This record gives sequence, structure tokens and C-alpha cells, in this order.
Amino acid sequence: MVLLWGSNARNAHPIFFHHLLKGVHAGARLYTIDPRRSESAQWADRWLGLDVGSDIALAHTMAREIIHAGLVDREFVDNATTGYEEFAAHVEPFTLAEGERRTGVPADVIRETAHAFATAKRAMICWTLGITEHMHGVDNVLSLINLALLTGHVGKWGSGLNPLRGQNNVQGGGDMGAIPNKLSGFQDIERDPEARARFEAAWGVPIRPHYGWHLTQMFHGMERGELRALYVIGENPARSEADVLRTRRLLSELDFLVVQDIVWTATAEYADVVLPGTASWCESEGTVTNSERRVQRVRKALDPPGDARDDMWIIAELARRLGFDWGSPTAEEVWDELRSLSPMHRGMRYDRLEELGGIQWPCPDEEHPGSPNLHSRLWARPVEGMLAPFSATPATGPFEELDAEYPIRLTTGRRLESYNTGAQTGLYRSPLHKGEFLDVSPEDAARMKLTDGEIVKVSSRRGSVEAPVRIDPGLRAGLTFMTFHFPEQVDVNQLTIDATDPKSGTAEFKATAIRVDKLVSPELTELAGATEPAAVGKAG
Amino acid sequence: MDLKLIPSAEPTPGERAALDGVLGTPASSWEGGARVAGVSGNTAAGGHDARGRRHLLLPALWALQEHIGWISPGGLNELCRRLTVPPADAFGVASFYGLLALEPRPPRVVHVCEDLACRCVGSEEIIEQLERHLGPEGELTDDGQATWLRSPCLGQCDRAPAAIVTISGDEPAELVQAPVTTDELLPVIAGAPPAAEPTTLPPQAGDAELRLLRRVGRADSLVAYEAAGGYSALRRALELGPEAVVAEVKASKLVGRGGAAFPTGVKWEAVASQPETTRYLVCNADESEPGTFKDRVLLERDPFAVIEAMTIAAYATGCGHGYVYLRGEYPQAHQALGRALAEARAAGYLGADVLGAGFAFEIEVRKGAGAYICGEETAIFNSIEGQRGEPRSKPPFPVQHGLFGKPTVINNVETLVNVLDVLLGSGDDYAALGTDGSSGSKLFCLSGCIERPGVYEVVFGETLGELIARAGGVPGGRQLQTVLLGGAAGGFVGPHELDLPLTFEGARAAGATLGSGVVMVLDDTVELLPFLQRIAAFFRDESCGQCVPCRVGTVRQEESLSRLVAGNARGGVVRELELMRELGQCMRDASICGLGQTASSAIESAINRLKVFEGTR
Repeated sequence: MVLLWGSNARNAHPIFFHHLLKGVHAGARLYTIDPRRSESAQWADRWLGLDVGSDIALAHTMAREIIHAGLVDREFVDNATTGYEEFAAHVEPFTLAEGERRTGVPADVIRETAHAFATAKRAMICWTLGITEHMHGVDNVLSLINLALLTGHVGKWGSGLNPLRGQNNVQGGGDMGAIPNKLSGFQDIERDPEARARFEAAWGVPIRPHYGWHLTQMFHGMERGELRALYVIGENPARSEADVLRTRRLLSELDFLVVQDIVWTATAEYADVVLPGTASWCESEGTVTNSERRVQRVRKALDPPGDARDDMWIIAELARRLGFDWGSPTAEEVWDELRSLSPMHRGMRYDRLEELGGIQWPCPDEEHPGSPNLHSRLWARPVEGMLAPFSATPATGPFEELDAEYPIRLTTGRRLESYNTGAQTGLYRSPLHKGEFLDVSPEDAARMKLTDGEIVKVSSRRGSVEAPVRIDPGLRAGLTFMTFHFPEQVDVNQLTIDATDPKSGTAEFKATAIRVDKLVSPELTELAGATEPAAVGKAG
Repeated sequence: MDLKLIPSAEPTPGERAALDGVLGTPASSWEGGARVAGVSGNTAAGGHDARGRRHLLLPALWALQEHIGWISPGGLNELCRRLTVPPADAFGVASFYGLLALEPRPPRVVHVCEDLACRCVGSEEIIEQLERHLGPEGELTDDGQATWLRSPCLGQCDRAPAAIVTISGDEPAELVQAPVTTDELLPVIAGAPPAAEPTTLPPQAGDAELRLLRRVGRADSLVAYEAAGGYSALRRALELGPEAVVAEVKASKLVGRGGAAFPTGVKWEAVASQPETTRYLVCNADESEPGTFKDRVLLERDPFAVIEAMTIAAYATGCGHGYVYLRGEYPQAHQALGRALAEARAAGYLGADVLGAGFAFEIEVRKGAGAYICGEETAIFNSIEGQRGEPRSKPPFPVQHGLFGKPTVINNVETLVNVLDVLLGSGDDYAALGTDGSSGSKLFCLSGCIERPGVYEVVFGETLGELIARAGGVPGGRQLQTVLLGGAAGGFVGPHELDLPLTFEGARAAGATLGSGVVMVLDDTVELLPFLQRIAAFFRDESCGQCVPCRVGTVRQEESLSRLVAGNARGGVVRELELMRELGQCMRDASICGLGQTASSAIESAINRLKVFEGTR
């Protein structure tokens, strides 16, 4: 059984979904939990159309039902977890009726889903940004973890918790230490002085024992005037940030901005220096790490065009000009240095990666085959290492509530043929590029007298844009949907809110309060007989 | 799920009702019907359950066809939403079948047979007259309420010329009109009530010596069937036990009567020994070979025999569920079977505990929709499963991997009815009947230019000439020109070959085939070349198009034949005939199924045995 929660993987992770469908065709039951009856939900045995941001209430209700129905894996809970009693008390108010009231999902369907999950021989929970792009994104994840701990669906083949990564190497970025609180191999900068000392010895420089800033904090730093120079590699915040008008103002006020990318981006427009880099999947050597923690080799097939340079060369050259001579290391030399510092990568020699077709971390020595199941230690008796804690997460809803002025919920996401801000997917022509739309439910369209293709004004407390309407029967009354694939046509992130999760720093792209106004009064439209669909903005 | 529904094609209330009749009412607004507000609209079921109902696709398409008259984009959309089948996929299925319309059709349609047997008795004139009065086929009448269409063989060859009237609407009807004249058809097309359906019995009816036909016409109700000795074979089977039943059938040397002549007992044994215990039984009642109507007679006038025989087969092989795949052009057989199934069920001959013997068996009738290829055993499986009726590659064979991927017994109607006889006597008694190579008796379908057309039962061993004489010979003092033996997939034999013994081995030795038992007699007034062209057109039309040798070969064969007939042989008659033989060889060698493998046999036999192009240039 697969619980696909807050994910339209059919569109956003089509390759993963292809694998998932193999399981479905082999008999796996698929339950999807999504406010929209998305393309993925249409494949599901059961779709739970919860209200935006009510995920924790739903998880708690399922948890309470599992507890009351006696479906808890007591052996696992007693031996491998902590905090069960507190958690059970915490979810006690979440009766099926209360769950229905809070989530909009019928009580019997919550019950059915809870029982199916708890009684499945193997069950996994897969999620993406529908879980994490919330102000309480971390609590959302912890609530899903609670369900896996209750039922023992973790650390076993065919079970577990799977955040689906949006790129081939999101996981690798974190593994390598491109996050503000960890060194390579997830070694904590503040809490692990020994690790810090190893890095200092290897690098010959002191490392400040403090966490750095994540993206959102950086923009707060810019706002306070504390962050004056920015080096952006392969990111397009001038399009992708929530409340993007503010982002652009802050970027334009920087003293110095460097952008390194393989394509011209909107952010590059603000840059003092633009460094053309290389496409990491074909123009440079190295490794990537996918969603299942598998480190795989990437080989250079092409020389980069024009003046574009290898990213590693650019960084080494920058270091040299800043007074540090790192030489001209090869990708393998950099990797071997990482192996010497990161215990979980230690056994992954290049020739082993090649021979084994990639290795899943942790791989602590050169005899180790890699670890297909990350948490299998929880099944050792006694458990090796730390017990897994339950989390009594508060079931809070979206930051921005609906009111009379902004009565409609906007949630954002992806479509199949486009990728994020369209910096790359907008570069080529495709008949699938249909431009941006405001997807509305048939009910709302009828109520507001909207027709397919009609241009409307969409406003939030932060800004307003104009977009053509598309009536989507997959939406329920009160819910609308947009992407940010075509920012030059419709700058959707002017609407979104930068209320961020205090722990992850991720903004609540999934829940904005908006209003929709007709550009022409309905009476005028009728008088003019203007029933023709308005021209759709040109694609990419 | 990427259904890619047809934009803004919504069903009418009538179409919804027609679909609900087959599929039940939708569980939620997401699976069809009107959208609902509130909490109950926040969930949907589907997935495996919805996809698992794919086999209802063809019955649901039939419901639209019968109630609405055609399958509209709105109706198709709704059906696809209900079953989670992409419309492009469902369109591919619907357009596969000749009887389903994807363009608007008037409520009243008259299908006039233009095929072989009807040609022998004047169907061409009827069609010419209809064209003169009403315009070409498909043209609407002035009131827009009716039209007429040409049809391949309707299986009414003993009552030729034949037509079927279909009337769509709230009370759909399908009525056989045979034999029929233009003067009778014209008022029906204009809206007059159709004539009563024919009730003729086989010429031998009433002969107590018959084995297969002895109950025909005397067993229309369960009481009558039981009075005629019905269901004693099933009781005997239950006494014997499954293994002994299979042993008796093996001992009888009974072979399949659909055309392939495979030993029935061997097939049963293979299914009974499969480790997989979900098994299916399929009764192949899709007799579509032009000139074949023997199974129709059994189904219409002795339906309980088919049901009893299926029950025995299911008991012997461990099948819990059976299907009768009935060709769409047999409305009377459909009704007779429906009535008989209801009676058998009510009397405990079918259901959860058949005759209290602790064995469960149920039978469903699935109606074909006008596709000759669906008589092929694996094409039937695809058709029942809601796919295009294209044959599958073998192996795996049906006994291992048949309907829904499970071990499947598939037998022809006549084959099954023989089983009753086997069990009422013994396998050895049955095997003693007929010849060494062909045990038992066989039904032959006599049609064309013959005094008393109809189904005849003969014990294997009679010659072709004796059979023709039994049916009164060629009428009107005319001369016999040739006999088409085995149907369009069989071959011609000449007037000098009437001593051919009607046994499997005898036919084989003479380079002919009994096929499905077609004996179509052509006298000297029948023009043979247009007759051959009709055979070529039939195969071109009925090729499912899946494999290249058949898809291309049947077209090229028709073109080549047309050139020969028109006197335009390419590179001379000899080279054109060489080309045609080479096409035939290619189709025999490389086609997936029997259709392509036999698509040239009748035409080649006319060339080789009748020398139709000898002396032409």
C-alpha cells in the first residue's frame, strides 16, 4: 500500500510515478491525500480531498483510530520508540467526527484509510511539497512519521517514509553540506565539535561553531541590511520566492550579487557578475544522490559551450583570487576528501560506485554494500542507537485564513511539462506549454459567471495578477490552483505569502487567501456577447 | 489518471440511464453523475475496483447502442469516467465492432445480408432495389427515422435471403426477417411493424435416431427439456466425479467442432491439472463463418442442452464461472438463452450449489458486436475483457493463460452438446460411432442452391454427394457448379468430387477441410467470380489489422483478384496467379491466427481445383 500525501507525482515526479504504477499494476493499493483530485489521485483506489493545511488533523485522526482499533504494532512501539503515551493522549480528541470536521474528509473514509494503512503487510508514505510548503511543514512531516511508528511501517523493505525529491540531486546537495546547519555527511556544526575539528584540520581554517542562515533568513538579513553581498548558484529567487515583489526589491538593494547558472535567469538581471557554469548531468564529472540515498557517478560527455566553465573550476579560481590556492582538483580528488571527512560516505570509492551501479548511504567502509533501508536499526533488539520519538504536533491550519475580502484558497504546484520557474523548460517550444491559468472549480466558475479562457484579476494581500481561467473538475468549490512556470506571463509569486516554517525556512506556497474579480462586469460581457475564450498568453 | 476525456462532451440523461443499467449507479459524483457539494464530495473511489470492471465495457457500449442508437462522445466520456478507461482506448474498442455506431444513426436500421449464401438466392437484387428506392446504404429515409445497411453473413443461410431490423430506444428490439423480399422490407424501413421472426426447424427434426438434434424444438422450457431426458447427463457426471468425466470425454475421441478439431478431453485434462484454481469456461457461440448456422439452431431451440453441457464441463475442469460468447446477430438465441438461464438458475441447476452437489457454477452471456475475428478463441478473451477483439499470440495457450489470464476451457457449442451424448452412453460407445479418425456425429449447414436447406446431422462417414442428395439436391433441374466446403475459410470442391467422405481424415486427404460444417451448394447460374470477390472483400473487412501479413495480404489479395476479374492481370495471368499464391503462402506462414492463415484458401482452391482462370489472359 502506498499513501501518496500532498503529492501530484504523476505530474511532478513522472519517472517516480512510473515506478509506482508498476507496483499499482502488480496489485499495490494507492491512497492519495490531496485537496485536488489530481492526475495522481485519479489513479488511486481512494482519494481523500482534505482541506488545504489540515494534514496534521488528518494524521492525528488516523492515529487515534489506529490506537482505538487496537491496530498499533505494540512490539515495535514498546521497543523502538519513545513518547507513545503522551502522543496517544495528545491525539485523543481527534475522533473520526472531529477529523471530518477539521479536514473535510468523510469520517468513514478516514477510518477506512487508517485501517488499510495499519493492516497492510507493507505500507509506505510518500510525500512532496504539499506536506513541506507550509508554515507547519516540519510538524506535517513529524505527524506522518507518527503514523509509520505506530504501525511499524518503517525500516523494512517495502515500507517507510519517502520524501520525493524534486531534482536528481536535492538529496546530494544536503549530503554535501549545502545546508546552513550541517557539515558534509549531516555532521552538526554546533553540536558536534569533534567533527568540526576534523574539518578544520583538513581544511586548515577555523569553522565558526554557529549555524548559518537558510534562504528565508538571508532575505530577512538583507531586509535588516546585514547581508550585503550574495552568490547565487543555480537558483532563481527573483521568480521562485514567495512574495516575490519584496524579493526583487531586496535583490536590487544588494551591494554585490553574483549569479552562476547555465541559463540566463530573472535573477541574473539583478547581478553585478554572471558566471556561466556547466550542466552537471553532461558537462562535468562528479556524483549525484537520488531520493533513495543512492550515490551515482555522473560523467562528462560534452564540453560546455562558449565561455562557460566547470563549476568546480570557477569555485577554485574564486578561492585562488581570494587568497587560497586549492590547486586544480579533479572531481575524484574532491570526492576522496569528502570520504575522509564523512563517515557515511567513507566506503564509496569511485570504482565501487561504478561497479555496484551506485551505493546507498550509509556506507561506512570499503567492504560495506550500502544500506537499502535507512532505519532498519529500529528492528534490532535492543535498538542500535537512539529510539524514534513520537511528536505531539499541534494541529494548526494555514497561516492566512480566509475572510470576506479574500474568500478563496489558492494553492500552487507543478504541471507535467514545465519545471519550476521555467528558466529551463521555458527555453524550448512544446505544444504542452499552455501558459499559466487560474484553475477554478466548476462550482466557483458558475457562481462567479466565469468562462474558460476568460482573463480575471487575482489578488492577495500582497499583490495582484491577471490570468486566464481554466475550469478544472478536479477542484472543489472554494479551491483554486496556479503554478509558477510562466512568471513572465503571470507572476504568481506576487500573490503567495512568505510565512515560513520556523524550522525548515520553507514558505507556505500551498495556502494563500485570494479574491478573484472579473475584469469586465458580467452584464457587459453578456451585452457584448463576449463568450469567445480570451487569448492565452504565449507559452514560454 | 490521464483519461484525457473528450472536452465538453457530456452525456444525456438517457445515456446516463443506459449506462447505469449495466454499471449500477455511480458511487460518487467523481465516478459519474452530478457533482455534489459538501463532505461526501471530498472523496472518490476507483483504482483497482474501477479498472477491474473493464470487462463491462462491451456490454455498456451495447447499452448505449441499443438505447440511444449510437455511441456519442458524451456517452463514451461518461462510460470512460465510470470505468477509468481513456476514451481513445474505448473508441478503439467501439470502432472495432461492425454493429456499434460512432456516428449518429436513426432509431430504425435494416441490416441486409450481402454474403455468400444470400447471394445464391437473390440478395443482390434486394440490395439493388433498396438502392433504387432509398439511395445508397446509410442514406436516411425522408423522415430521418430509418436507414438500411449492407451486412456480412447473418447466420440465417437456411432462410436466405435474410435481414435484421434493429430498433433503438426505451424498448430496443432486434428482429430477424428471413426469408425476406424487398416488398416486405420497404414498409418496415418506412416504419411498419416487422414481420414475426422465423421459427423453422431443421429438416430432420423429429427423427428419434438423431443424437444432437433430437430435442430441437421439443425443449424450449425446462419442463420440456427434462421430459426429453434433459439433465440426466449432469446427474451422471456428478455420480462419476470430475476425473472420470474427463476420462470418458477422452475415451470418446471427441474433437472440437468449431473448425480446429482439437481433442476435447485433452483440453479439459490440461485445464483440470493447472495449479491455478480460478478457472473459466467459455462457450464459443460466435459462429460467424459465412454459411454457418448450426450452433444458432442449438442455441435457439435446445438452449438447456448448451447450459447442461457447460455445467458438466465446468464440473469436470473446476471452473466456477462460465461465459457464452454469443454473436451479436443472434437475437433469438440471446432471448432463448436468457430465458433458459433464468429457469436453470431458479431450479438449482446453476448457482452456489448446483443440484446440492457442493459445486458452484454461474453462466453469463456476452454479446458480440459484429466481428468475425471474435470467433477465434483468444480474440474472444480480449473481447470479454473489454479490449479490442484481437487474437493473442500463442503460446501461452488458453488452458494455461486464457480469460483474465487464468486457465480457460473454451469449446464450441456443438462440441459441448456432444458431451451429453458421451456421458449418457460411454466414451467408448461414442468412439465406436463414425470412423476411426472421426468419432460421433456432425452437424452440417446446407445452404445456397439446395432443395431443403438447413442443419443436418450425420454420423461421420457419409459422402458429400449423399449429404447433398439427403437435402434434395440442386433444385429446378439445374446443374451443380461447385460446393463451398467449410465456409469462406474452407475451399471449393468440384462436381466430380462428390464422393468425398465427410470425415476429418477424408477431407484432409482430399486437400479440403470440413471447417465449421459449411456445405454451400452453387448451381450453374451463380457467377463464381463475383462470389470470389465477395470472399476476398469479406476477409479484407474482417482482418483485425493487428498483424501485417493478414492486414496487408487480404487487401493485396482482393486487389489482385479484381485485376484478374477485370482482365487487367499485372504481367499476365500467370504472374498474377503466382503473386496471389505467394500472398497466400505469406499469410499462411506468418499470420498470428487462423483468419490470415485461411484467408486465401477458398480463392486458391477456386484457382487450383476449379481452374477459374484457366484460359484467361
